[in-house]
Amino acid sequence: MDTTMDLRTTPAQEAFRLEARSWLAAHTPPPRSLPSLDTAEGFEAHRQWEQTMFDDRWSVVSWPEEFGGRGVGILEWLIFEEEYWRAQAPLRVSQNGVFLLAPTLFEFGTEEQRARFLPAMASAREIWCQGWSEPDAGSDLAGIRSRAVRSEGDDGWLLTGQKTWASRGAFAEWCFGLFRTDPEAERHRGLTYFLIEMSTPGVTVRPIPQIDGETGFAEIFFEDVFVPDGQVLGGVGRGWNVAMATAGSERGLSLRSPARYTEAASRLVDLYAHSLQTEPARAARSADAVAQAWMDAEAYRLNTLWTATRVLSGGSVGPEASANKIHWSETDLAIHRAALALLGPEAEFHGDGVDAPWLDGYLFALAGPIYAGTNEIQRNVVAERMLGLPRG
Amino acid sequence: MRFAFSDQQTEFRDAVRQVLAKECTTDHLRAAYEEPAARSPRWTTLAEMGVVGLTAPEDHGGLGLGMLDLVLLLEEAGRVALPEPLLETTAVVVPLLSELGGSGDPGGVGDPGGSGGVGGAWLDGIAAGDVAAAVGTISTDSPPIAGADGADLLVLFTTAEAGDGEAVPEVHLVDSASVTIRTVASLDPTRRLGIPHWTPKDDTRLASGATAREAIRRTADRAALSTGAELLGLTESMITMAAEYAKERNQFGKPIGGFQAVKHLLAGAQVKLEFARPVVYAAAWALDEGEPHASRSVSTAKAYASDAATEAARVALQVHGAIGYTWECDLHLFLKRAWALAEAWGSASEHRQRVLDGLVAGA
Ligand SMILES: Cc1cc2nc3c(=O)[nH]c(=O)nc-3n(C[C@H](O)[C@H](O)[C@H](O)COP(=O)(O)OP(=O)(O)OC[C@H]3O[C@@H](n4cnc5c(N)ncnc54)[C@H](O)[C@@H]3O)c2cc1C
Repeated sequence: MDTTMDLRTTPAQEAFRLEARSWLAAHTPPPRSLPSLDTAEGFEAHRQWEQTMFDDRWSVVSWPEEFGGRGVGILEWLIFEEEYWRAQAPLRVSQNGVFLLAPTLFEFGTEEQRARFLPAMASAREIWCQGWSEPDAGSDLAGIRSRAVRSEGDDGWLLTGQKTWASRGAFAEWCFGLFRTDPEAERHRGLTYFLIEMSTPGVTVRPIPQIDGETGFAEIFFEDVFVPDGQVLGGVGRGWNVAMATAGSERGLSLRSPARYTEAASRLVDLYAHSLQTEPARAARSADAVAQAWMDAEAYRLNTLWTATRVLSGGSVGPEASANKIHWSETDLAIHRAALALLGPEAEFHGDGVDAPWLDGYLFALAGPIYAGTNEIQRNVVAERMLGLPRG
Repeated sequence: MRFAFSDQQTEFRDAVRQVLAKECTTDHLRAAYEEPAARSPRWTTLAEMGVVGLTAPEDHGGLGLGMLDLVLLLEEAGRVALPEPLLETTAVVVPLLSELGGSGDPGGVGDPGGSGGVGGAWLDGIAAGDVAAAVGTISTDSPPIAGADGADLLVLFTTAEAGDGEAVPEVHLVDSASVTIRTVASLDPTRRLGIPHWTPKDDTRLASGATAREAIRRTADRAALSTGAELLGLTESMITMAAEYAKERNQFGKPIGGFQAVKHLLAGAQVKLEFARPVVYAAAWALDEGEPHASRSVSTAKAYASDAATEAARVALQVHGAIGYTWECDLHLFLKRAWALAEAWGSASEHRQRVLDGLVAGA
């Protein structure tokens, strides 16, 4: 059937929005009241918040009900995200699991794996980290050396090697990682995607303080760590394919919903309006950058709706996910850079001041063009797969 | 919520693309550079397909459709750098004439949208492919009007002075046969810039006062959005030309498209295009629906499309090297149009300012 464009939400979607809004209003802790999630104390506080959401089925709205969700569609999820960011609710400590691993489990997992892992992920009883990068394999992910060898007679594998930069790795219970199972195979071929419990003997974690001094990521050392066959995701030797599905979620529709940016952009406009009164000359110099940052967020919102409609009509997201990743990471930078320019000398104030979130946000935004595959690598993908330029 | 075009809309787009690929090649563009004309056999073809009269009411021979239907066709016009005034005629003047129907000013041309009025006759002519229109402002410092040279119909905005000294906006409908037009050279001759020598008369006035002000405002929105849509098509063409060239041209023993510096230039332009597109489409929808923030959507669209095109033009030329700097290479036919349209109907920074002012005012 031929249908026309309509950018309005339906009454049912608005009802869903109101339900989410009123729940969040009643339950969300005051903005920035939880300790940083990159501390042991903050990690637990954020875990508790996820549990609170889970209790009322708000932690994973788009998942089927059997796993703790509400079975709503992608548009409703976007609406929920709008309300979540509008309420200035806490950062999602479970984001690696919920936004990255879960879509991959839905696509590649066995029934047993879904039943085993998804509910515990939804309630944040088990928090996941991502073990992909290694000291010698960053952009060149297929160059990883950590390996898994068959543990004969035990129906499993022994993992050895080193992962690094694992966000939330210092405190997480589980890790999804890529390991080389066939040292003979060509680079992309011999990889396998494992689900690893961090408390398994042989796993050692060394926290790494980030640029802000907090323990945002960690190194993980593996020494003959036993992982049973049931914790291979997507088949032995199929790790690269499975990982690319996860990466698609990371760059595409799942990890960074537009609400994060539209909300920050609207706070940027508030900051600009305030500066017009207090520092008019500085405000005038920033006007163009403020407007551009606001529009970048708006463009991201619209592009997401455009993509979501395509996905709902049976389409898929290919190399556009790379364009998407470039855009969201640059938008985040543009928003925060504009805010710091408006703050002027106050931009460097750190700590609990009202404006400190802009600086924290800027530091975080600076990582955007690096993680989830650097923007240089994404530009290669756009050039090669969207424009057909030769691989080089 | 559904953010996609209907099958009918994309099928019409495909049909127009096919026709223009044959009837508006770069050879045709070069011919138009030599002899710019408002109407051509191609214009007649487009009229026969219903494209020219797309927005005109059905009882004037049109299809009675809106900006959302037109926006994809304007993108196609941009893709081939169509020299004819589809934007001015179909996207701007037709909706204006249709809208001012019945609001005829006492002493003015009256009943324009109605079947009998002067405006109605112009609508009939447009849908039939016999009339090309141009639109612009007449004042001491207003820029030359695109398409004025050779247009059949001019829609002119002026400001009259009321008895109390207050400025009163007016919309006039002027048969170009009744005025002389001083041509102004554009870098892109198909722009056919001109300044009409004309003074307002009672019998050309279509609207004045609040009605005119509102009509002018809506015209500016439609024109900015439509310009943005053409810029999308131009942007895609420039990127495609450069990417194709980068696959063929060898240096250091391999295609230059394999060099990362070249890849990243083109990828950057492509990302801008990807994100400009939904912004333009959403603005078309907002205008048709009379959404409260439609003007802001339009400004966002024009700013995004202008910047995407400016970037693509710069990148495409750089990727071509010296050959791109020649008259012989077709690229300049697209660059020049892109440069002109990026500034037309409000530059990117003007529109950004408009967006920001509106946001701060809480509008
Ligand atoms: C905050 C943060 C969180 C992270 N979280 C995780 C996590 O949870 N799990 C995980 O596995 N990893 C994580 N990472 C690591 C991230 O995936 C890598 O940093 C990223 O893949 C880049 O690898 P690298 O740091 O080794 O840089 P390198 O690959 O050494 O790159 C350095 C520079 O060289 C450029 N470069 C490299 N190769 C090319 C090329 N072919 N063409 C052009 N330029 C090139 C890069 O773009 C970059 O600018 C995180 C990183 C950060 C900053």
